[in-house]
Amino acid sequence: MIEVVRPGPLTTVQDLGRPGLAALGVGRSGAADRRSAALANRLVGNLDGAAVLETTFGGLALRFRQVARVVVTGAPCPVRRGGRGEAMNAPFTVWPGEELTLGAPSAGLRTYVAVRGGFGVDKVLESRSTDLLAGLGPAALNAGDVLPVGHDECGPPPSVEVAPVPDPAAFELTVRVMPGPREDWFTPEALRTFSTATYEVTSESNRVGVRLTGPPLTRSREGELLSEGMVPGAIQVPPSGLPLVFLADHPVTGGYPVIGVVLTDDLPVMAQARPGQTVSFRLVPAGLPAAA
Amino acid sequence: MNILRCGDQALLVDVGDGGIDAVLGLYSALSDPRPGGVTELVPAARTLLVRFDPAVIAARDLAELLASTEPVPAPAMRGEMVEIPVHYDGADLAEVGKHTGLGSDGVVEMHTAAEYTVAFGGFAPGFGYLTGLHPKLHLPRRSTPRTHVPAGAVAIAGEFTGIYPRSSPGGWQLVGRTEVPLWDPARRPPALLRPGTRIRFREVR
Repeated sequence: MIEVVRPGPLTTVQDLGRPGLAALGVGRSGAADRRSAALANRLVGNLDGAAVLETTFGGLALRFRQVARVVVTGAPCPVRRGGRGEAMNAPFTVWPGEELTLGAPSAGLRTYVAVRGGFGVDKVLESRSTDLLAGLGPAALNAGDVLPVGHDECGPPPSVEVAPVPDPAAFELTVRVMPGPREDWFTPEALRTFSTATYEVTSESNRVGVRLTGPPLTRSREGELLSEGMVPGAIQVPPSGLPLVFLADHPVTGGYPVIGVVLTDDLPVMAQARPGQTVSFRLVPAGLPAAA
Repeated sequence: MNILRCGDQALLVDVGDGGIDAVLGLYSALSDPRPGGVTELVPAARTLLVRFDPAVIAARDLAELLASTEPVPAPAMRGEMVEIPVHYDGADLAEVGKHTGLGSDGVVEMHTAAEYTVAFGGFAPGFGYLTGLHPKLHLPRRSTPRTHVPAGAVAIAGEFTGIYPRSSPGGWQLVGRTEVPLWDPARRPPALLRPGTRIRFREVR
């Protein structure tokens, strides 16, 4: 068992989420930076679907009541185990009675903690993920919560001392975007602005989406779009003209036109974008016959 | 039908004027079983979002498959019938009665007379947008949404009627309430109303 001493600003349990239920109004959710979460599981020899902790802006403190193999990935931050420093992306053993604490990240936003076996909290609809928008899964962690260790290991833990991982960019971020599906709702000028301007991440960002401020994007047509299905990375443009990039807990459907979608490989970059950082979008060809 | 790219792992099928029947027809044709590599289907008012795993199927191949899929015709895709008992005592019932000129009793009569179909979900787990609402009951949303709508509230807005599966903010006009549980994560499937499910409302006093 592992006790939460302090959850920091926000810590949730996350796994691969709830795919396949969107028609019932249930979004996928899951780790916002899936690459860092997957790496954490691999480094302690867990199954891909094992649950990890996702902590935003550090500040998490855990007390272990049992021995556990642990790794910390994602936004790099000071890691202390019983008063000793530990490295990011490098598995280590925590002994019973020891406390694990994470400081504030020096770059990026979300840090992941995996234990061998995964966090064994109860599943809701086959997943342990907290979906903050839909209100599904375990509540965000509170001080005093006790988390069981699960049985989601696969094979022996790998003999890796440290996985080489580049730190998240500390300054300007660039992500690749496939235009559409509703780029024809915008003026050619808006599309030019979108692909050349820089936008700043605002503090209203959360697991639902990254809100941006910068030059507004003007529409070429009036009227309302009927709500349609959304995906992580979809860049929705509400009437303000200021884009919003959806993350893991995005609504299943949305009623504002999507000018483009961030490539899946670049989603971890958006998930690690801190308020105040700037983002620019680079368009890549959609590469599909437009009509069928 | 227009197939639009929606990032590197989804296609958005826009059925245009085909509307909800065309969306549900395509959704039915693709949902049981889903084609290999299709991970998620999201029906909406005039679009079907198809998420896929590019390691299993290429976008181009999926687009071809979607273009050649025969939609299930409307009568055949109809799902099970669910009857929902409703106490017609909603906070907006009198207002809706006045606005439509039907009076409260007329609204209840009209709302219980029709058969509805779940077109799509999306607002919250277990919420269904029901089509089949009589055009006389097509009303705009409230200009100021309520911060708290109770679970089970039966409401109308635009061309749709629906039931709030749990308490939440909401801007629809409230006409009644039901005690039928719409959402139970422990049930399989967890949602009572799924795309294609048919519904009738019955008045209870």
